[in-house]
Amino acid sequence: MGKTIAEKVLTSHSGKECFAGDLTIAKVDFCMSQDGTSTMMMRELESLGFSKPKTKRGMAIVVDHNSPCPSVDVAKIHSKIRAFATSNGIPLFDVGEGVCHQLIPESGRVLPGDLVVGADSHTCTYGALNSCSTGLGSTDVAAAIYTGKLWFKVPGTHSIRVEGPLPERVCAKDLILNVIGEVTVDGATYKSVEFRGSTIDAMDMDGRLTIANMSVEMGAKFCPFSFDDTTKAWFSRVGVDAESGVACDDDASFEKVLDFDASDLVPKVAKPHAVDNVVDVTQLSGTEIQQVFLGTCTNGRLTDLHAAASLLKGRHVKDGVRLIVAPASRNIFIDAIEQGFVSQLLKAGAIFVAPGCGPCVGTHAGIPADGDNVLSTANRNFRGRMGNNKDVNIFLASPLTAAASAIRGEITDPREV
Amino acid sequence: MRLSGFAHRFVPNDDINTDYIISGRYKFKIDDMSELAKHVMEDIAPGFSSEVCPGDFIVAGRNFGCGSSREQAPRALKAAGVGAVIAKSYARIFYRSSFNVGLPLIECDTDWIADGDRMAVDLDSGIITSEGTGRSEKITGIPRTMQMLLEDGGLIAHLKKHDGFLLE
Repeated sequence: MGKTIAEKVLTSHSGKECFAGDLTIAKVDFCMSQDGTSTMMMRELESLGFSKPKTKRGMAIVVDHNSPCPSVDVAKIHSKIRAFATSNGIPLFDVGEGVCHQLIPESGRVLPGDLVVGADSHTCTYGALNSCSTGLGSTDVAAAIYTGKLWFKVPGTHSIRVEGPLPERVCAKDLILNVIGEVTVDGATYKSVEFRGSTIDAMDMDGRLTIANMSVEMGAKFCPFSFDDTTKAWFSRVGVDAESGVACDDDASFEKVLDFDASDLVPKVAKPHAVDNVVDVTQLSGTEIQQVFLGTCTNGRLTDLHAAASLLKGRHVKDGVRLIVAPASRNIFIDAIEQGFVSQLLKAGAIFVAPGCGPCVGTHAGIPADGDNVLSTANRNFRGRMGNNKDVNIFLASPLTAAASAIRGEITDPREV
Repeated sequence: MRLSGFAHRFVPNDDINTDYIISGRYKFKIDDMSELAKHVMEDIAPGFSSEVCPGDFIVAGRNFGCGSSREQAPRALKAAGVGAVIAKSYARIFYRSSFNVGLPLIECDTDWIADGDRMAVDLDSGIITSEGTGRSEKITGIPRTMQMLLEDGGLIAHLKKHDGFLLE
């Protein structure tokens, strides 16, 4: 009987045949945590008498959620994290390096076919690299670091087939918003979701990372993509020689198969306060906005900054609108400077904040005012998400829709600009 | 194991995410769960933390605990005195983390439970009862793995007790 990518990866890491529904204890290749989740993990590790990670390629900690530090209380937490990393020889990406889910992939620590757990729900992002990667609580991650393994229930797989070319000014973010709108926020709970089809084959890694990143917004556990020439070339650019990956068998068994046609897709927006509250951008045209945020582990990569700059170049953000930009990593920031995107965005009125999570998680760097409408390229629009729950509305959209909306000061179809 | 307490319901009923359980405004800067407990559910139910009594239940619809992986959510609920959550379904990360930190999750239909009902749950027989009306329903059995974690006092205690995973 054929296997899905999840079944193959859990089989190879368990030393026994694994199929959907089985419970198994599997070896974990790599773990990560961030500044919001590390302290609980550190306490549990210390209580276990931890000395060094037993996972194959160790672990890393990223200080990105409150970066640079916004308060004395958080500074104490950051100090504890630095001390823990230093005394245990743990690689630390400190403030200003970027968002964990960009830094970990570009550091080459996650390889095709890996099994990865991280104390951050968007750890599923690394699925784009052909890994089975998932977010867990700090205690589970501590257990994986301490023992080098963890128990897993082998997930069933939903196969999502996407065919056709994406129309102009429609991108991976519009596709994943469309899918989540159909599947709903718990429609893939506990499942491994495999995207395939000609649209995915033609998509660059930044787009695949966007899609894998948001798979958890429909409840998914893993979102492994196939390994192809695009994956191989991406690994080569980050200095990793990856020849092959794990492929889904032709006769693998799926719990569900969903088909989407990309060729007639239009720009999409997730309305407040749920990620599956998705409509065509045209239905919201004219909705005034006060803040636009371009960045995050979903859409803070070079192609995203490039897309926004391509619309904003030679134009200006509407008076009264704050366009905040957080590049997803230092490397991306440097590339965007060298390619002229930063200058184009700055001249258009953008405000740059340090590479990191920026205002996405509501701790600093762009907390909206009461009654504000915010258009964000992030992955969550929950009430209060950006630090203020008083009548703040967060709309999620692509970098192109964000740029077009910043120019007009209202939610705008990027095909009109 | 037998649990009893009053039911607390919220609006929204479905998809109560971990940001609602404990806001990012607090979870990133407060590392003490008893302090965080003062802010649980604050964004959708201000005053909840002062109303909840030890052993009380949070009662909700589908997909409770979706969103961020923040383990502060189950830990702060437990520190606030919540005895268990009763919901139709749970998000994956919250589900594992709750049992890992010793917060029981009860899965059953919840439409018949009203805010303020005094409820009793018998985990051994798998029966939930409204003490006011006397109505009883069956709950979905807690998987053996999760029961073992609860009995051992959470995942870390499990690892210490068995010198590794004894899960099957």
